[in-house]
Amino acid sequence: MTAAHLDLIKLLAGLAAILVAASIAGYVLQRRLSPDGSNAVVENLNDRVKAWWVMIVLMGLALLFGRIGIVLLFGFASFAALREFVTLTDTRRGDHWALASAFFLILPFQYYLIFIDWYGMYSIFIPVYAFLLLPIAAALRGDTDQFLVRISEVQWALMICVFCVSHVPALLTLQIPGYEGRNLLLIAFLVVVVQSSDVLQYVWGKLLGRTKIAPDLSPSKTVEGFIGGAASATLLGAALSWMTPFTPVQAGALSLVIVLMGFFGGLVMSAIKRDRGVKDWGHLIAGHGGFIDRLDSVIFSAPIFFHIVRYWWSTT
Amino acid sequence: MDFVAGIAAAAIILFARFITAVRAVWQGIEPVPRQRVYFANHVSHGDFILLWTVLPVRMRRRTRPVAGADYWLKSPIRRFIGRDVFNAVLIDRNRDSRTDDPVAQMTEALDGGASLIVFPEGTRNETGTRLLPFKSGLYHLAKARPAVDLVPVWIDNLNRVMPKGEFVPVPLICTVTFGAPLHVGSDEAKDAFIARAEQALLALSPDTQSNGR
Repeated sequence: MTAAHLDLIKLLAGLAAILVAASIAGYVLQRRLSPDGSNAVVENLNDRVKAWWVMIVLMGLALLFGRIGIVLLFGFASFAALREFVTLTDTRRGDHWALASAFFLILPFQYYLIFIDWYGMYSIFIPVYAFLLLPIAAALRGDTDQFLVRISEVQWALMICVFCVSHVPALLTLQIPGYEGRNLLLIAFLVVVVQSSDVLQYVWGKLLGRTKIAPDLSPSKTVEGFIGGAASATLLGAALSWMTPFTPVQAGALSLVIVLMGFFGGLVMSAIKRDRGVKDWGHLIAGHGGFIDRLDSVIFSAPIFFHIVRYWWSTT
Repeated sequence: MDFVAGIAAAAIILFARFITAVRAVWQGIEPVPRQRVYFANHVSHGDFILLWTVLPVRMRRRTRPVAGADYWLKSPIRRFIGRDVFNAVLIDRNRDSRTDDPVAQMTEALDGGASLIVFPEGTRNETGTRLLPFKSGLYHLAKARPAVDLVPVWIDNLNRVMPKGEFVPVPLICTVTFGAPLHVGSDEAKDAFIARAEQALLALSPDTQSNGR
């Protein structure tokens, strides 16, 4: 326990040091370039740094409370994400029961299953049971207009916002020989690699970005930003192998998978936003748009990371 | 009772934010503590709660919703929420039986220093249209106190959160959009003013602003 806590404290201290540096840089930049709040890039940067502080503090608090804290934190994140997602769908009166049960039955039950570590159930509960039962609830209301579209939207919302996100706290349930009591660090590893990949892609894109990858989807994403960000986040992941059960090469390879899934996940979520005609999913976090805007890369990488680690490292 | 009402108010606000993550959009007007009459679209009993929730605390304390006495005096719990928590100006909506003049009640509240929340459609809009025709109360109120700002407020999405007849809300993000204030012209006719007020409110609806999605 103590060694794991020590590693965790090291990591949080490292992140805090980076944030302190970023805050100071942001302050200086603001004094120099944007004393009246007119420079959008600087203001955006400072908003992001502030939001990062909030996230680090929340993560730290949740880690302090152990498993229940992590499960509750991601349960709430799922709730906020689902609320944003459903807001943008075309659901209507006839979906009321299906939606209410998605929020107040399915979501809490999925996280309860994670908490009690019932792998056989939490890995199929939403893809099988919710998938079959929710359309029944919608059908019983009798409104057939746009039926397939509406039930698909509800299922997609649940898969993305609840099923996928819940695989982050599910990392706590893995049994890795020689890594007992340290699973929190797996979450920290995943989150740090994903988020630093986002930040590094942003930085590399700002510095060198020329060639757009997907101009129709996400005009700010460039080939240079993607390659630079992916490569540096992979290296960072390899350098973090001390806190994982992996060798540096394994940690690097897993980081690459995480980064790729995160990147393409971001594209998919952008496509949905384009379809719905919005720029951000919501407005919950200043400078970061909505919850899903921050979570999109974690959403796509968490289940894959979970299953790779479970297959090759875990004994359960 | 004040203490209990304060706790109840805090709980109601917390619940409203939990379900709707409600956000205020101030368009053409600032959240400053001036005396105002907020007039909003009405689709649910939660409307004035959302509007009230997004007001800054100081303004919230001085802002009283105008609501139908028939609904808010029906049971002890409603009476507690209506009277003690929200300090509502309760008006009798039944033209034939009422003894108090609603416009007189509202001007009296304004003279007491309060701001008001009114729903000029007069009842909850349960039709597919975006806005029901306004009743004339808003005009008479504007005539009685012409200096007070009349602020159009569009409450969006709450009808999807809790459609009529449902008792479990679905969490969805709502917005409350405040528009530029109106005043009645000294020789403006009733119908012209009412039409102008309806237009000002409709113009704030996201469907109008994005030309329909």
